Amino acid sequence: MPQYSFMLNGKKVDVDAPADLSVLWTLRDKLGVTGPKYGCGINVCKACTSLVDGKAFNPCVTDVEDVAGRTITTIEGLADGDVLHPVQEAWLEQDVAQCGFCQPGQIMAAVTLLKRTRNPTDADIDAIENVCRCGTYFRVRQAIKSAAAKMDARAAAIGDPEPAPAPAPQPSPSPTTLIGGVLGGLGLG
Amino acid sequence: MPRPDQPAALDGGLDRRRFLSYLVAAPTLVVAVRYGLGPETAHAALPGSPEPADLLDLGDILILGAKATESQLIQLELGEDGRVSCALPREEAGQGITTAVAMLIAEELDLPLDRVVVTLADARPELLTGQLTGGSNTIRSVYEPVRMAAASMRASLVAAGAREWGISTQGITTANGNVIAPDGRTLSYASLSALAADPALFLSARPKAAADRTLVGTPQNRIDARAMVTGAFQYTNDLEPVPGALRAMTRRPPTIRGRVDKILNEAAIRAMPGVVDLAVVDLSVGGVGDDLAVGPRSTGVAVVAETFGQALDAKEALEVTWFAGPVAATETDATIKAKLRQIQLPFTVPVIPLVTRAVEGEFYWHFASHAPLETNTAIADVRADGADIWAGTKVPVVAQQTIELELGVPTKLHVIQGGGSFGRRLFFDGAIEAARISKAVGRPVKLMMTRIDDTRHGRARAASVNKIRMTYALGEVLSMEQRVASVETDFRHGLGEAITAVGGAQLNIPTAALPISLGGNATFAQTVFLTTVASPYKFGTTSQLLNELNLPFNTASWRSVYSAPARGCEEIMVDELARAMGKDPAAFRLEFLEDERQKTVLRKVMAMGQWGKAMPRGTAQGIGFHAEYKSVTACLVEIDATNPKDPRVTRASIACDVGLPINPRGLEAQLQGGLVDAIGTVLRAGLHLRDGGFLEGSYSQFHFPRQEDTPPKVDVFVFPETTGEPGGAGELGVPAAVGAVANAYAKATGTKPRSFPIIFPVDFEPFPTGSGSTRVQSA
Repeated sequence: MPQYSFMLNGKKVDVDAPADLSVLWTLRDKLGVTGPKYGCGINVCKACTSLVDGKAFNPCVTDVEDVAGRTITTIEGLADGDVLHPVQEAWLEQDVAQCGFCQPGQIMAAVTLLKRTRNPTDADIDAIENVCRCGTYFRVRQAIKSAAAKMDARAAAIGDPEPAPAPAPQPSPSPTTLIGGVLGGLGLG
Repeated sequence: MPRPDQPAALDGGLDRRRFLSYLVAAPTLVVAVRYGLGPETAHAALPGSPEPADLLDLGDILILGAKATESQLIQLELGEDGRVSCALPREEAGQGITTAVAMLIAEELDLPLDRVVVTLADARPELLTGQLTGGSNTIRSVYEPVRMAAASMRASLVAAGAREWGISTQGITTANGNVIAPDGRTLSYASLSALAADPALFLSARPKAAADRTLVGTPQNRIDARAMVTGAFQYTNDLEPVPGALRAMTRRPPTIRGRVDKILNEAAIRAMPGVVDLAVVDLSVGGVGDDLAVGPRSTGVAVVAETFGQALDAKEALEVTWFAGPVAATETDATIKAKLRQIQLPFTVPVIPLVTRAVEGEFYWHFASHAPLETNTAIADVRADGADIWAGTKVPVVAQQTIELELGVPTKLHVIQGGGSFGRRLFFDGAIEAARISKAVGRPVKLMMTRIDDTRHGRARAASVNKIRMTYALGEVLSMEQRVASVETDFRHGLGEAITAVGGAQLNIPTAALPISLGGNATFAQTVFLTTVASPYKFGTTSQLLNELNLPFNTASWRSVYSAPARGCEEIMVDELARAMGKDPAAFRLEFLEDERQKTVLRKVMAMGQWGKAMPRGTAQGIGFHAEYKSVTACLVEIDATNPKDPRVTRASIACDVGLPINPRGLEAQLQGGLVDAIGTVLRAGLHLRDGGFLEGSYSQFHFPRQEDTPPKVDVFVFPETTGEPGGAGELGVPAAVGAVANAYAKATGTKPRSFPIIFPVDFEPFPTGSGSTRVQSA
């Protein structure tokens, strides 16, 4: 069985896995990282949304061989130790979660949106496709707006260590296309 | 206990004198509460001409049914660290019940909320029917016993403090987890945890007076929120309670309840990477139309592998021939609708020519998936001498007993918090299938259903036809008749036992209101219908009747069960009646609602949502009202249906009066969820029936709302305490919102919606029913 190495939440990991095992099951069943959830397996519910090299991707339709040598951040890697990411803080303040199952994906989608723009419009938030069956959408919306304000305030206070997003960001290619993931999940269960 | 010859308590509450608190022998302070055998309390007089649900609702029945047990319902333990813990005999799956219960405990004990730990109890067979989560019943059923246990624990701590100081308990107070003497000395609960366990100190105490509450009724965040936002929270699939548990998935038949004929490529599957074993397994769970005496009615092939990814690849690569299931290939939504119309009970109030007029409507509701984000998942470790199962289930006692009977070894079911339910986890197919697979392969397994299988072979809300006629004359409404014909909703998950435990005599439901007993599930269905669906309007002669058709579908209660379609349709017809009588729909409701509490909630929502304001063409407001389980709510929405094929609810205002709100923040969340359920089922989310199964497979096809389908502006107002008693709230939000959304759409488009979801094309390429599968006729 081939071995793959990549950075996972700040640590280098090595894993023996078939090349076409999805990143989702590599993380969950081989590495014990269970924050990314299975909700559909075909990239339509987005509950597994995580980051590869800082951009959103869906581990359920990405093969492990396609992330070799790259950097993956799951929900578990978002906080800095005990210090939560502003999006997580906003999620707590707005008490967004009900059953909570989709929330790791919702949060990672929000993080991605706020990397693109610090002033998300309602239309920007509408474009997030993550399914929440409990219907927490309104609180997700409020939390994203509140997180944006927090990040602005923090950036202003500490001289913005993160480069501000470009005023007119280029449309980025679909994350799954970007890393060679295919919609091979279609038709699978 | 109520005497069998008397109606049960009609005040809806269980008098606290009926509970007994007692000390449990333990090294630290442990207090429990059980139902007592206290004196009979006075009964309220019967109101005139009420409907059954006005007298006694399903929640009351579940509470009364649980009284059959005299085992402790609630136990609180004070640890040496000063934390108080409670293993709640209920399933949390997003409702916020663990947080609300923690608040009740913290309130009575004057303890910071973060020092209360609420977990979920394993199956406790001694509770009989008292461990069922449903009917919006959790807070209603545990409110008194939890408070009583906590109050008694506090009294013991006060007594222990008094003894330590050698003073009387007079003037001793508690705050922030400490006992405080009149002179200011303090002792922490932690320091008293062992001393207070002395039986000589135990005192059964009354809960706080309403005026003394400082936490209950204030908005609090969920106690498990931090774990959820950091990814640390563990659902069933995230647990590894048995080292080396393999991953199991099942290949299911192309049709509902089909059966395996032959596996054609077993050797090739066994040779696939990571595959450890495979087995043909029974997939039946003893539901409607099931006859276990003649063997399994549904089978599939389980594949066990090292990872779910490999199990999934292998189960998809299986080549299987199948026997078709019992749903005829020719059955479609149209044939179902026709059959339901045939069993529709007739109206009885005639329309008298030249004297009375009528509005009538017939509505069809398609099947709808529960679709919780977490698909049916369970872990099973079946050994020669016993079995352990881990699963999120709302009926752990029935699940454990059923599985134990089948396995023939002592079985323990561990209840795990669920990733949503909406009624889905009233059935424990995951748990029993995992047990069967573990037994078949002789290994511990973790089983997960795929989304597509859960949608097609899991449970669904039953399709139904709702018919309503309202007659009126001279500004008066003379009658409201509603006839519901539904595919049978399966209640064989323990609800029947709970209802039976109370007994028909105590229900005091007028026998005339009960149809001829059909026995079994049909009777339970009638009981649920009659004890949940009630018109809140003074519409003269009112009758609402259900008739069900036993068809072989896997159905289950779907949040608010009969009320969302039935009450939703009544709310639509109320708008049509108001229009026919030349009245404003909201003013009309205010005129005909039964009481002031209801009208207050409606007026509130009218003010919040600026009812009657000018709206641009193609947009409109809609309003809906609902009362159930001693709670009241109203919903007002605005819709943009400029393109009638692509409507969006753009704003919602919701008000609710639940009698006594424990956690207003959690209630807000429940009502927001109910609104989204209504937007989904009214506008786009349903299942198409074709070729013996459902076409929809995943969220790309079953169009449950996403962010872009929901309103960017939502306001919820939770009334402070009114009745002093918590009503049910978990399902409350759906029916009023169904009415509001449908009414707004009707007004904006000038149409009369009659089939739901309104926008329901097959706008997708259905997933294949399985690669390599062929279908053969049933033998």
